[in-house]
Amino acid sequence: MTSTTTVMNSPLTGKSSASPPSFDGARSDSYLTHDRGLASWIFTLDHKRIGIMYLIGVMTAFLVGGVFALLIRTELFFPGRTLMDAQTYNQLFTLHGAIMVFLVIIPGIPAILGNFVLPMQLGAKDVAFPRLNLASFHLWVLGALFLVLSMVLSAADTGWTFYTPYSTTTSTAVIPATFGAFILGFSSIFTGLNFIVSIHKLRPPGMGWYRMPLFLWSLYATAIIQVLATPVLGITLLLLIAERLFQIGIFDPALGGDPVLYEHFFWFYSHPAVYIMIVPAFGVISEIIPAFSRKRIFGYKFIALSSLAIAVLGFFVWGHHMFTSGQSVLAGTLFSALTFLIAIPTAIKVFNWIATMYKGRIHLDTPMLYALAFLWVFTIGGLTGIFLGTMSIDVHLHDTYFVVAHFHYVMMGGSITAFLGGLHYWWPKMFGRTYDEKLARIATGVVFVGLNLTFFPQFILGARGMPRRYYDYLPEFTHLHQLSSVGAFILGAGFVMTAVYLIASLRRPINAAANPWGASTLEWTLPSPPPYYNFHEAPVVTAGPYDGYEDLIYVENLQGYVPRPKDGAEGGSGVPPEKRAEIANTSKPPGVREPGVNADGDQSDSATETQKPGEEA
Amino acid sequence: MITYLLLADALPKSPQSSTFWLPKAGSLSAGQFDWLYDFLAILSIVSVVGVAVAMLYLVVKYRARSRVANEIADKTPDHNTTLELTWSIIPLFIVMAIFVWGFKGYLDLRTPPKDALEVNVTGQKWNWSFTYSNGMSDNALHVPVNTPVRLLLTSVDVIHSLYIPAFRIKMDAVPGRYTEMWFQSTEAGEYSIFCAEYCGAGHSRMLSRVVVHEPGGYENWLSEQQKKMNSLPLPELGAQLYQKQGCKTCHSIDGSRLVGPSWKGLFGRKETMSDGTVIDVDANYIRESIAEPQKRIVMGFAPAMPTYQGKLTDRELTALIEYIKTLK
Repeated sequence: MTSTTTVMNSPLTGKSSASPPSFDGARSDSYLTHDRGLASWIFTLDHKRIGIMYLIGVMTAFLVGGVFALLIRTELFFPGRTLMDAQTYNQLFTLHGAIMVFLVIIPGIPAILGNFVLPMQLGAKDVAFPRLNLASFHLWVLGALFLVLSMVLSAADTGWTFYTPYSTTTSTAVIPATFGAFILGFSSIFTGLNFIVSIHKLRPPGMGWYRMPLFLWSLYATAIIQVLATPVLGITLLLLIAERLFQIGIFDPALGGDPVLYEHFFWFYSHPAVYIMIVPAFGVISEIIPAFSRKRIFGYKFIALSSLAIAVLGFFVWGHHMFTSGQSVLAGTLFSALTFLIAIPTAIKVFNWIATMYKGRIHLDTPMLYALAFLWVFTIGGLTGIFLGTMSIDVHLHDTYFVVAHFHYVMMGGSITAFLGGLHYWWPKMFGRTYDEKLARIATGVVFVGLNLTFFPQFILGARGMPRRYYDYLPEFTHLHQLSSVGAFILGAGFVMTAVYLIASLRRPINAAANPWGASTLEWTLPSPPPYYNFHEAPVVTAGPYDGYEDLIYVENLQGYVPRPKDGAEGGSGVPPEKRAEIANTSKPPGVREPGVNADGDQSDSATETQKPGEEA
Repeated sequence: MITYLLLADALPKSPQSSTFWLPKAGSLSAGQFDWLYDFLAILSIVSVVGVAVAMLYLVVKYRARSRVANEIADKTPDHNTTLELTWSIIPLFIVMAIFVWGFKGYLDLRTPPKDALEVNVTGQKWNWSFTYSNGMSDNALHVPVNTPVRLLLTSVDVIHSLYIPAFRIKMDAVPGRYTEMWFQSTEAGEYSIFCAEYCGAGHSRMLSRVVVHEPGGYENWLSEQQKKMNSLPLPELGAQLYQKQGCKTCHSIDGSRLVGPSWKGLFGRKETMSDGTVIDVDANYIRESIAEPQKRIVMGFAPAMPTYQGKLTDRELTALIEYIKTLK
């Protein structure tokens, strides 16, 4: 990390770069067009395609969950009945929560951005277990279908928490919904397992742990939680199903069970799950801020290790959801104290991100605007967490709109904002196309305004005593509810705008540079979109992930960065000087190959340990 | 909207609060709560503004001119252990102080004085029932001012949570076990009670009131209630039970559709059951529906009603039937 004679860690490796660069050649082997036909997508083992399929699936779920949110906010525009009856409202908020948590935010950053980026940041050809990766996506689809089945039969009306004995006695289709969540849990475990093994085993020569991009650190911390906590959710939901089907008394006191036991089981998973949702967001922000500040990240080790600290501490705080459940004072006290400890690694990250901007050269492109929005929103979300961790304060605020506002600031404001930042950051890499930057900046502003207008009034509602999950409310709360509903529609408009210009960008010809932002992690050494096999040979890493910005120069007609040609033999990028000059003088992105390198079966002489799916023994 | 206007009289009314954030404080613990809440609010506002100002200042001051200019950050250290430890340890002390204050407040909330007046609370879909020392029940909580009151909570069906915002307290009512909470009100008046734990279709209507009586008022109220209950004509008693036992949450008396069938014109009507049979709604059907609600459900309604078996006396059952008869 301290190497001052920074060296491009993203050399144009091996013989591929020595051949004459050809823009068309890169495109013909793009992973997008490598195979054709629907089956080549549905059964692909390519991590990039799986990431894109997750993107499509998760965004579809996000649309459905978002429409439900707007219906909820419309119903709440006036007290009393506005659109629907109480039962429908309860089903809608249950679906909204279950979809957004299990189908959207938990898989969001890891399964979309992580799947797409992780192997490339490792200089690898794929994740460690490509088939498991595909199985993860197929399970996601199956889990989603079970949620749809619940909707068709009679959507669950339990809230996404499925608290017993309500969930074991209500007449709605709870079993398909919980079984869907059970399956989605396995999808999440498979992704986590894959990431842990990939990070341990597939790092390229020269990439020690402290040379890993922080996004990988955050995915690693997340994966640990996914693998260790999710099985508990699976067990809990199976017990719940067993109780409903066979009247086995586990949680329902009428059968001799204990409903508070369910709360413990549920939150033992679902609190760590909060960190499954937010820790990857930290990783995305840690990638964006240095690249757009043209400066090495400040406090790399603190940021990296604080992700792990959060992952570990996150396992021991679940009881802070239960200060008013009748849980003993001693248990509550321990949970509260541990909860406060998590504030520290979280605060460290925020300080480090801000310090990274100090004396940088800040570019306010869309990803950076999202990162700045994230800092504002997440700081509010985090600080209001302090209110809720304080036991005596939580007794008043628990189960009110204050909690709703808090976790929407963290989940919606934190995770989704970071996801959108990451999506805009990697979009040119994913599809080889740039989006309309002006529209994107406007949409970012609309999302930011909508988000704050929707959720800030909810803090006041909650502090004034408005309970959550209320179909109806006292007239004194009307104005704040209306403000929140107006915000929700602005937020919705922002998302629609975003979807429109992003989808429109796909109609453009391929125009994105290999490295439009001048970032120095390995994925940017590949053409946009990347070739099917990612790296022909494993790159050798000689510097940290945020080193070497000074070795990249912006080429205007390329709309992207290329390695700076250097005179003298000091450092260098691993490319012979004459080649560097050649590359800089062509308007071609670095790292492109001649057509057919991979198709020729050249990979047989590849030095990497990884093999592409289909070539496994 | 419409139902609300009709029921407006029955709604709890929160007294006007003098602060922006919080409802009017009505108990000893509310005072404790409010200063800590204010402290946290100020701390948060200062922190958020601090982060925002730092961010905006840095963005303006170090804004890159253009990509073409190829500017690179000034050479600055990329870590500084002293700085990192400082901004880890100072927040640690602050949050630990907050933890201790929160802990103290919580300990007070969970430790009722020994001589507190006791009231038993039962949560049931979707009604609160408060039982006083003389055995009388009411669906509003009546307490004397400046007296510690201890509530012993349980539920007969699913988890509910008794929440009194003006007192800044909340406790779950869990089936199969007892939980407790206590408060000491500081000012006579009426304050809202909400159910804070989601409990189904009537969750948002599971509202009630705390009535804090002036000195002497509580005892008067208790004895008056007792007298009234024993001497009231049956239809009037039925009307009171309709309010107090939670019938009103699901059955309207104006013909509007809630969770269950409206009582308006119910008596003597022909109703189709969920199995297709048609019956006349008579005294026996009503009695059966109160004791065993799931036995015969009117078509188009969910089997959502809890049983009232053993909760109502014969006189009270008859009173309800007589009351329904009057709703033509």
